[in-house]
Amino acid sequence: MKKLAARRRSPLALMVLLLLGLTMTGTAYAALQPKADPGTSAATSSVDDIAAGEALFQANCASCHGSNAQGGVEADSIESPGPSLIGVGAASVDFQVATGRMPLNAPGVQAPENRMNLKFTDEEITQLAAYVDSLGAGPAVPDEQWLDLEGADIAEGGRIFRTNCAMCHNSSGTGGALTRGKYAPSLMNVDEQHIYEAMLTGPQSMPVFNDNNITPQEKEDVIAFLKDVEDGGNAYGGNSMGSLGPAGDAAFVWTLGIGLLIAAAVWLGRKAA
Amino acid sequence: MSTNSGIPQGADSLRTSSSAGATATTEKADTSPKLAAPIVWSDERVGTAKGMRFLLKKVFPDHWSFLLGEVAMYSMVICLITGTFLTFWFVPSMGHVEYNGSFVPLKGVGMSEAYASTLDISFDIKGGLLIRQLHHWAALLFIVGIALHMARVFFTGAFRKPREINWVIGAVLSLLAIIEGFAGYSLPDDLLSGTGIRAMAGFMQSAPVIGSYMTFFVFGGAFPGESIIPRLFIAHVLIVPALLVGLFTAHIVLVAVHKHTQFPGPGRTDNNVVGFPLMPVYMAKAGGFFFIVFGITALISALVQINPVWVYGPYDPTQVTAGSQPDFYMWFSDGALRLLPGWLEFTVFGTTWSFNIFLGSLVLLPLVWAIIIAYPFLENWVTGDKREHHILDRPRNAPVRTAIGASAISIYLVLALACVNDIIAIKFGLSINDLTILFRAMFFIAPIITFPVVKRLCISLQRADRDLVLHGTETGRIVRTPEGEFFEVHEPLDEYTRYTLVQHDRQEPLSALEGVPTDEHGVRKPMSLGYKTRRALSDFYFKDQIQPVTPAELAAAHSHGEHDALESGHNHEALPSGQEQVGIDQGSSAK
Amino acid sequence: MTDQNLPAEHSSDANLPAHANEALPERFEDPGLPPHIPRRADVDEKAAKRAELQVVALFTLSVVGTLVFLVAYFLIDIDARAYVIGIGEISLYHVVLGLSMAASMGGIGFGAVHWAKTLMPDTEIVEERHPQASPQEDRDGAAAILRSGWQGSQLGRRPMILQSAGVAMGLFSIPLVVQVAGSLGPLPGEELYDTNWRRGLRLMIDPSGTPIKASDVTLGSVFHVMPEGFIGEPAHENLTAEEEMKAKAEDQVILVRLDPSDVKSQKQLDWGVDGIVAYSKVCTHVGCPVALYEQQTHHLLCPCHQSTFDMTEDCKVIFGPAKRALPQLPITIDDEGYLVADDSFREPVGPSFWERG
Repeated sequence: MKKLAARRRSPLALMVLLLLGLTMTGTAYAALQPKADPGTSAATSSVDDIAAGEALFQANCASCHGSNAQGGVEADSIESPGPSLIGVGAASVDFQVATGRMPLNAPGVQAPENRMNLKFTDEEITQLAAYVDSLGAGPAVPDEQWLDLEGADIAEGGRIFRTNCAMCHNSSGTGGALTRGKYAPSLMNVDEQHIYEAMLTGPQSMPVFNDNNITPQEKEDVIAFLKDVEDGGNAYGGNSMGSLGPAGDAAFVWTLGIGLLIAAAVWLGRKAA
Repeated sequence: MSTNSGIPQGADSLRTSSSAGATATTEKADTSPKLAAPIVWSDERVGTAKGMRFLLKKVFPDHWSFLLGEVAMYSMVICLITGTFLTFWFVPSMGHVEYNGSFVPLKGVGMSEAYASTLDISFDIKGGLLIRQLHHWAALLFIVGIALHMARVFFTGAFRKPREINWVIGAVLSLLAIIEGFAGYSLPDDLLSGTGIRAMAGFMQSAPVIGSYMTFFVFGGAFPGESIIPRLFIAHVLIVPALLVGLFTAHIVLVAVHKHTQFPGPGRTDNNVVGFPLMPVYMAKAGGFFFIVFGITALISALVQINPVWVYGPYDPTQVTAGSQPDFYMWFSDGALRLLPGWLEFTVFGTTWSFNIFLGSLVLLPLVWAIIIAYPFLENWVTGDKREHHILDRPRNAPVRTAIGASAISIYLVLALACVNDIIAIKFGLSINDLTILFRAMFFIAPIITFPVVKRLCISLQRADRDLVLHGTETGRIVRTPEGEFFEVHEPLDEYTRYTLVQHDRQEPLSALEGVPTDEHGVRKPMSLGYKTRRALSDFYFKDQIQPVTPAELAAAHSHGEHDALESGHNHEALPSGQEQVGIDQGSSAK
Repeated sequence: MTDQNLPAEHSSDANLPAHANEALPERFEDPGLPPHIPRRADVDEKAAKRAELQVVALFTLSVVGTLVFLVAYFLIDIDARAYVIGIGEISLYHVVLGLSMAASMGGIGFGAVHWAKTLMPDTEIVEERHPQASPQEDRDGAAAILRSGWQGSQLGRRPMILQSAGVAMGLFSIPLVVQVAGSLGPLPGEELYDTNWRRGLRLMIDPSGTPIKASDVTLGSVFHVMPEGFIGEPAHENLTAEEEMKAKAEDQVILVRLDPSDVKSQKQLDWGVDGIVAYSKVCTHVGCPVALYEQQTHHLLCPCHQSTFDMTEDCKVIFGPAKRALPQLPITIDDEGYLVADDSFREPVGPSFWERG
């Protein structure tokens, strides 16, 4: 991936890429209109899936989101029993359920990621998504084309990331604090598909980055950038101290750093045996 | 034994003293040593031998805390060496380039030449990353060293006469060090440091009357302009280092003039300095310590990444990263900016007064250093002490000073931690809003709690010292008297240990020393406001002082507490019959 | 040896009453330096030999480190990577250079100190101190020189010289100060009051520079925006790098669509389009980009000092150190359906300054 990016850096390639990007933007714009007619994305799901999904929904989700997914009583407040799911789309369901955020264990300021404790199989998630999608179509689960990272431009991804994402998720993708105990989670070791879905659907505090704002190609670039960081693309000078920036440096220098020097000083000042 | 002007000859001299033959030959060889030819040559021209005689004999006391200043000094030297290297490749320019180096995630990205050359140093210059990391780690250790050295000097009272000037020089050095650090980490023009410069522009702009002018002068126009990096560069590599090195030289010269302070102990007085000579012991120890500091800094630089500018990206005013903090020494100021509430800004007669901004930056920095510089003179005015002090105070023997220092540190820590409230929030699952409110409260509460706690702690330690001197150490042996009373046998301190605990001066408030001033008729004289303040402060400092044990008190303690006088040498046989010795843990002894 | 025979008159107790049988002294007497306890290497030739070998080993370690550094510098590929347990991915080149330099330096340091500690004399030496103050004779001498110098200069008798010299000395540095202060930068003028936003300029996505249709801005989404001509290719072509950076610093805008029923300010709706509103992204505190938009609470958070602005209340400050609300950019739609500015900002953007009022 790195090599690819390195070779592509000629002015001609840039032009081709720009053209390609523009074409793709247009295509994607047409294909993934957020206000698409109900059923465009649901068309691929079978009636069986929807029925199975509805059963799962009634058993696991309806208590908060309502039996028709219309949302709980105070659907607008964060602490409400769940919001309406009509029109959130399959991508949203896949993101929330497959990262273990839903079903929520206990109400809190924010639904935490919980991949160690997934409640559903991939098939069940698909069924659940099909059901929710059938209620009113929203963003569909992204196409494999945008997740394979083939031909993705890491540098462009980094640029998009720093403008749109770094202020919350940190320039190293390790997350950051929001107001009142909410937080932007770390993006390390998150599935490509889930990163894409998060941008598309704007889960919880996160805003939506629809395809007119960040095109599918740009989303793929962002994912490629994050995967490069995850694969050690930033690791050169040693332990990154949790990528906390100057806070990590300070923690180190005031403990182990000066500690080593003081230990040496104590040894130097002590009478030998 | 030795004829060599009283300088001990080390391990060999002790061993060889038993074998006379060996000693004879060594001494014969040592009796008339000659200077080497090059030294003679330079002595004839500049009188080297006189200087050597003066310097090489100089005695340095051994204590680990005396090396904290050396940590700072050597870190500065490492910074000077590595910094010089970095200037060979760093381009202090904000001119725009498209990056085409070997770091793929930034290929083709537009950036300043400063940032691009920093990437080149990190990825394309052999060993450049090591030098960069050495430079930055050494810079942090420089300031940590200064902070701890300053704390040591403060808490041991080493700033007292005749060293007030050196305290002032040291305080200025510490301010210069953090300015130097700020200028230095801003140079790469990365997103993190650029955000810091953005904030600096913001707080300069907040200054009443001159704010916008000052900003435009410093930045050469509107923010960001293309002047700030070159200007910070010349400040970082020329102006501030020149001041640092100059003042540092004065600092060291004054140490030589005053001779080093020493901790109290037997044989140590205000009229001598006890330790090891520069030649050869401290030549090896201090010289070796430079290499130790360099080696440990290299070890850290090899294994721990610092300021990875390629992670932050080039500076772009529309971008920002979560967790934007300056380096730690600027935290207290940035933390103050986070805590000051917005209502401190108001508009009067069409002018805007942003106390919420300039109090935490333009006022706070000079204020902190003004207080630091003023302290020795304030304390001296209160004590009225005109003597020279070369024996250090044990911090417990100056409870109020220690408590003042600890309270100041507690305020500083609250401000510094407020600057990482977002990091604390995310690491501990807390809310930044709650943390901010907590820190606002702690700014006032922390010193109010710290002061009495630390003062009481010092006083308890002083009492414990007194007890130790009067009653000796607990031996853990419990003895029962014929009357059925239990007591623990205490062993009196040897005179060397005891002297350390009783050597300090009595300290009494002016009100006790001078009484109420009266004229010749016994009528109360009116006191001037200055004298009244001094008396009040003197009370504040010394009212609760615990005085050292006097020989009379010790004698009285021995005669009153008969059993305390029992020496540990007394054994079963020595005790009158009927008494039995019970081995009980000393903690559970009953009396 | 000087350790035991510390003269009593040098101790601070010297002026106390002598130790009489009946009267105890006021203070304890300094017992002098404690007796020297020899080290193992002082009395045991084997231990001394061992210490010597340890010192030699440490110096040898330094030599080895230096050699490894040299070999690594020339032989290891600068792009080679390594995996170190406890650290993870790292540049192999960097870690080998760093560790060998640590050995090269540390070996000398630890060797020298170990040598000093074990083999060099460890009997403490006493150096006398003398008062810092000069003897009275020197003070008198200095005073005499000063006086005769003052008289020789005749300043006392010819006060006009003193006065004119004082004025000259007081003034000579002013030209230098004026030169540097006056030429550092231009006067601010009106620069802080204005941005590049003008009526009719399209809102463009940062950094791609594509225009935005109102329908693109769905509920819950956020756009980082720059004015047309100041972002993307046109900016690269027409502006200097300095102008482009300045534009970014003052013109950056954040664009969101709010549900009009959530919005509490009519002015805010009037200046927007169907609930789409644009605000300056420059914090009114010290100028960081206020870019953290929480789409559920509609709060904007500044990551630098945590000023929080409520987008549903005309970006009023609801927490933190900022005082003023973020300035709103009036927007509308052009003939082609793209969002454009309806006017420039109607107040200065960014941090406060004294004369802004």
